[in-house]
Amino acid sequence: MKGLRNYLNKIKPNFEKGGKLEKFHSLFDSVETLLFVPNKVTYSGSHIRDAIDMKRTMIMVVLAMVPALLFGMWNVGYHHFLSIGTYADKSFGEVFFFGFLKVLPIILVSYGTGLTIEIIFAQIKHHDVPEGFFVTGMLIPLILPVNIPLWMVALATAFAVIIGVEAFGGTGMNIFNPALLARAFLFFAYPSEMSGDKVWVAGLPEGTGVVDGFSGATPLAHLAQNEASKLADFSDMFFGFIPGSIGETSVLAILIGAFILVFTGIGSWKIMLSGVLGALAMGLTFQLVGIMNPSIENAYMHIPAYYHLVMGGFAFGIVFMATDPVSASQTEKGKWIYGFLIGIIAVLIRVVNPAYPEGVMLAILLGNAWASLIDHYVIEANIKKRLKRVKVKSTI
Amino acid sequence: MSKVIKIKKGLRINLAGKAGKTMANIPTAALYALKPSDFIGVVPKLLVKEGDEVKAGSPLFCDKVKPEILFTSPVSGTVKEILRGDRRKILSITVEPDGKGQYKSFTRGAANSLNRETIVENLLKSGLWPSLKMRPYGIIARPQDKPKSIFISGMDSAPLGVDYNFIMKGLEREFQAGIDILSKLTDGKIHLGVDAKAETCAAFTGAQNLVLTSYQGPHPAGNVGTHIHKLDPINKGEVVWTLDPQQVVAIGHLFTEGRYDATRIIALTGSEVKNTGYFKMVSGAHLSTILANNVKGSNVRIIGGNVLTGSLLDSDDFLGYYEPQITVIPEGNHYEFMGWIAPGFNKFSFSHTFFSWLTPNKEYIVDTNIKGGHRALMITGNFEKVFPFNILPMQLLKAIIIEDIDLMEQLGIYEVTEEDFALCEFIDTSKTEIQSIVRKGLDLMVKEMS
Repeated sequence: MKGLRNYLNKIKPNFEKGGKLEKFHSLFDSVETLLFVPNKVTYSGSHIRDAIDMKRTMIMVVLAMVPALLFGMWNVGYHHFLSIGTYADKSFGEVFFFGFLKVLPIILVSYGTGLTIEIIFAQIKHHDVPEGFFVTGMLIPLILPVNIPLWMVALATAFAVIIGVEAFGGTGMNIFNPALLARAFLFFAYPSEMSGDKVWVAGLPEGTGVVDGFSGATPLAHLAQNEASKLADFSDMFFGFIPGSIGETSVLAILIGAFILVFTGIGSWKIMLSGVLGALAMGLTFQLVGIMNPSIENAYMHIPAYYHLVMGGFAFGIVFMATDPVSASQTEKGKWIYGFLIGIIAVLIRVVNPAYPEGVMLAILLGNAWASLIDHYVIEANIKKRLKRVKVKSTI
Repeated sequence: MSKVIKIKKGLRINLAGKAGKTMANIPTAALYALKPSDFIGVVPKLLVKEGDEVKAGSPLFCDKVKPEILFTSPVSGTVKEILRGDRRKILSITVEPDGKGQYKSFTRGAANSLNRETIVENLLKSGLWPSLKMRPYGIIARPQDKPKSIFISGMDSAPLGVDYNFIMKGLEREFQAGIDILSKLTDGKIHLGVDAKAETCAAFTGAQNLVLTSYQGPHPAGNVGTHIHKLDPINKGEVVWTLDPQQVVAIGHLFTEGRYDATRIIALTGSEVKNTGYFKMVSGAHLSTILANNVKGSNVRIIGGNVLTGSLLDSDDFLGYYEPQITVIPEGNHYEFMGWIAPGFNKFSFSHTFFSWLTPNKEYIVDTNIKGGHRALMITGNFEKVFPFNILPMQLLKAIIIEDIDLMEQLGIYEVTEEDFALCEFIDTSKTEIQSIVRKGLDLMVKEMS
């Protein structure tokens, strides 16, 4: 590695102030810090520092998403071959490789577009390139349907980075989760590419060779159309053998990611747990309504509450997106309230809103909008508690 | 049996280079110095010039704003040099010892025979007053204040922290004399915090006139700020004083012997020290007396104090006024290939993102590398895990950054000093200089409130 370091040291002056390639210093810095942890030292305060940095933090989140990604790739192949009736003839490798080829371009476009824009902004602002896009760039492909046109991925990513992040002042300053903004953008701008029965299975829109009886609809779509009988088994939904967004189907894979996030101390277990509790609370309420009114024509009210946890993007959203430290509540008590509200709203939208079969995305975006307000009241409560201390004392 | 308070939030940083339990006397150094930079907020006004003869306890400078607070020479000798830096800022006043050990004499007497005014005056004149620090603000106590209580921490939970139970052996009489004097300065209680897990020394267990409380848990269980918060939190308008056990001993010594004795027991710690241990030496001594031939290699960081809050020294520097230890660790001015993604069996981290979590009891060698780049404050919830106060650390920090005085006040700025935020700074993924932000906030409050 000495050779590489020496080479970097040799070309470094070109990128420094006054150098002929000064314009590209952010690009050089990002490549250099990616290869080598810088030689900067402390000079005051704490002389030693924790080995963790933003790069490590973000790469851990990406690692946590890998199980969902790998399963998603396989699932894309699985459903494609299932739809044309040739799954039984294919090997595991063939199935996975098909999905890999379908998903990889989406990831490349997402990272390519996002990082290019981030580097340009970093250059303009004379900042380091922020690592936040490591995560956003992976989140975006995982929450999209596999049939999404690549130009839409690029457009949505650009929207998320420019309007969602940089317009607010850059990474750490945004109020909405950028990946969800990308999805919301596509959802409202190009609804036909983001919902319905055709978008979830690779190759289905062309419709060539699709076997009879294959629908390609997600469990949520079945329920929205009151076709509870077509709902997949609980175990299929848990393991993820259902159509859906690339990374969202397998709750098992997502749980592995959740474990990594919580164990490493990066993701907030409070948000995850309270989100699940909120969804269960709301789901149980609706289930109760369904039991008391058997004639009600809403299939959602006749399923067990815990089904909500394994359907659609709930698990993925609550583990990877609600926990985004920038857009979530920042106080520890606030995190409980924030997660719980997201759980409630997600199920509420699913069950009683006829326009959207999935409510998690909107619930988290709403949660993002409320996060500061929740924090405000938590901070107020802390201030009041501290003031009370004085009063208690003065009465003694 | 004293009350035991358990501290759950915090972090034990297990570093290599703990001080061995050996005590050695350090011979007289060639040079001693007093550094105005040791005293936060003090603008020095010189009272001597080069060539002046001084005794131990003779004033070298005073505070321009509060001229009654004197800063005195630790030894007798000749003022050798007044070293100045940028804009003629006084860096140090050095004294070459004459070896005669002459002491300026001060009022002697038992606590019950002296009134408060005499005690305060004696402390001010002798140069021991600066050892009393006040909260809020973490600055030298104001002589006109009457604190609601005085806190002494007899435990150091910081990484490689000193063992006061070892240091205080045989100092029972002086410690008690010091406590008796201090009890005349407050109408409230004197609190002494000790380590619940260690065998407490006789000087602490046998002391009268104070409230003994044991603390158990990771750092900052030993920080005096933690003790204040748990027992007698500071509200607006209230003042608490704090000091170190060795300074209590020095106060006791002043009133029993009538002289300023700057002898302290200093721990030499750190992975880059050949022979660690405790050394009896005079405050302000040139570092060569303690470091000569005792440091491994030359690319090292010498720290006056502990690794979390100490000050940056170089080998030609002097022992500070407050610090009970000198720590030497490796300098981190090197690049590391792909360090941020490496498995990291040898890297200490609060998070479980490095495989070092497999070896929690290992002693780590940690260098001074920042280990990353400065970023926006993004990750939330971590500070709260190492901050055992009923204070929202991230929100207080943000209030300080935007200089919102009302909010800082409401969120608890009066209760903290920079050392309480040291662990937050250590674990921060954004590599923000949190302690200096807190100091700026405190300085702003001093300015606005006085």
